[in-house]
Amino acid sequence: MIKIKKDIAVSETGFLFDPNTGESFNLNKTGQIIFKQLAEGKSQSDILKSVLENYDIEDHVFHRYLDEFLMMLRQFNLIEKEED
Amino acid sequence: MEKLKFERPVINRISAGVPDKFGMGTSIQPISHIDDVAVQDLLEKYGSPLFVISEKTIRKTYKEALSAFKTRYPKVQFAWSYKTNYINAVCKVFHQEGSWAEVVSGFEYAKAIANGVPGNKIIFNGPDKSREDLKLAIENGTLIHIDHFDELYDIMAIAPTVGKVAKVAIRINMDTGIYPQWDRFGFNFENGEAWSAINKIMPDENMELLGLHTHIGTYITTPVAYSVATSKLAALAVRIELKYKHNIKYIDLGGGFASKNTLKGAYLPGSDTCPSFDDYAEAITSALNNSDIQYEHMPTLFLETGRALIDDAGYILGTVLANKRLVDGRRSLIIDIGVNNLFTSFWYEHHIVPSRIKQRDTEDTTIYGPLCMNIDVIRAAVQFPVLEKGDQVVIKRVGAYNMTQWMQFITYRPKVVMIDLQGNTHVIRENETHETMNSMDRIPGYLLDFKL
Repeated sequence: MIKIKKDIAVSETGFLFDPNTGESFNLNKTGQIIFKQLAEGKSQSDILKSVLENYDIEDHVFHRYLDEFLMMLRQFNLIEKEED
Repeated sequence: MEKLKFERPVINRISAGVPDKFGMGTSIQPISHIDDVAVQDLLEKYGSPLFVISEKTIRKTYKEALSAFKTRYPKVQFAWSYKTNYINAVCKVFHQEGSWAEVVSGFEYAKAIANGVPGNKIIFNGPDKSREDLKLAIENGTLIHIDHFDELYDIMAIAPTVGKVAKVAIRINMDTGIYPQWDRFGFNFENGEAWSAINKIMPDENMELLGLHTHIGTYITTPVAYSVATSKLAALAVRIELKYKHNIKYIDLGGGFASKNTLKGAYLPGSDTCPSFDDYAEAITSALNNSDIQYEHMPTLFLETGRALIDDAGYILGTVLANKRLVDGRRSLIIDIGVNNLFTSFWYEHHIVPSRIKQRDTEDTTIYGPLCMNIDVIRAAVQFPVLEKGDQVVIKRVGAYNMTQWMQFITYRPKVVMIDLQGNTHVIRENETHETMNSMDRIPGYLLDFKL
């Protein structure tokens, strides 16, 4: 399970600040929704379920997007630790 | 309840750099149609990738250029630079507009003749003219632009055997105040080499010196360099008149006008920085009008502009093959347009856009071609929206040099389609196939069979 660093601040408009590094980021609307759920400790399958319920997107396409989004979070060092 | 439209999740790092003082936007305007023909329809009908030529743009650009010069100087003649794009249909559009042909090899010469250009309306440039080429050119009354002394001696020897006077000009290289100074073609002006060549041609009854030619370089963004070049050629014409009582019929300023493409490393886009036809015309014609050439003997001004006349009319359309993340997190996009087809991507930051945009977010992206070669980079870094496999892209301003310098490498060269003035599409060059490529190979008998 993916855990987002706990001291990261996200505004309502998707502006994200990492006090550990001083770096800031922008999230788009979908990015915000997913990030929020990750920060709340939801699992990937929970996220998948809620997105598929509400959005017009195919399962396998969303998987690809989610994988890539998570890869970018890792790249930007926004993830605390990952548990199997 | 109807489901919401999904947008791909994106996170972008905010870079706190110095803002661009010119306030250049990164917004991307898709190109969905070329001359009202849908990009999607073109790719479906003719395959991907695909070169597309807009006949409307060729004619419009040509008229702009001609008008810029003709409104300032009465005697102007363009000659279409075959090497820039020698697809026959393209050449024919220029010839219909009144352009002569400018060729630089026996191959291009044969092409111009086959296209129906009269021999005496062809300018034959370049350092490589065989004795057979020269003989044919003399017979046809072609304007031979002599590049070096060995060629001059060849003409001296061949012309008497043909029994016709060779119509010649000399190509002259010179210092026009720009860097680099081209000195590999023609005779030098400053060190007297050009004058020496003239002194060999003038007394020879088998040659008639009709013109003086220079081509100062390529992608010249400083019109004043053309003023300097024109003044120097005009000074030479005056000197010939003084010594030989002979009037030069034409002065040929060659080409080298920049197109609106952006060179690699340029700070601003070419569309903002490149001079217009009016800027070049003003520089050249002012220098001619102000020269000491006698008014009644003002020469015709020849121009061999290639790039600036055809670049805007050419597009290449392609398809996204894949998305990838590079190790440093950058996005990379693989498209089916490679450097094999887009030779100019080695020196231009080509303007590439999607045919439609589903999502406005852009990311710093490296765009690769389809070749299994590290050099196959179309754009090293460009702010680009995220596209999916199968989405289509359009690259603008590729009409010059790509359809002549393209390489048959790893894969086949694509079709070229022209959109006519009525919006009809015509294949003007077929794509290569396995048969095309194999038809030129020969296999020695002992290599026919093998066992694995």
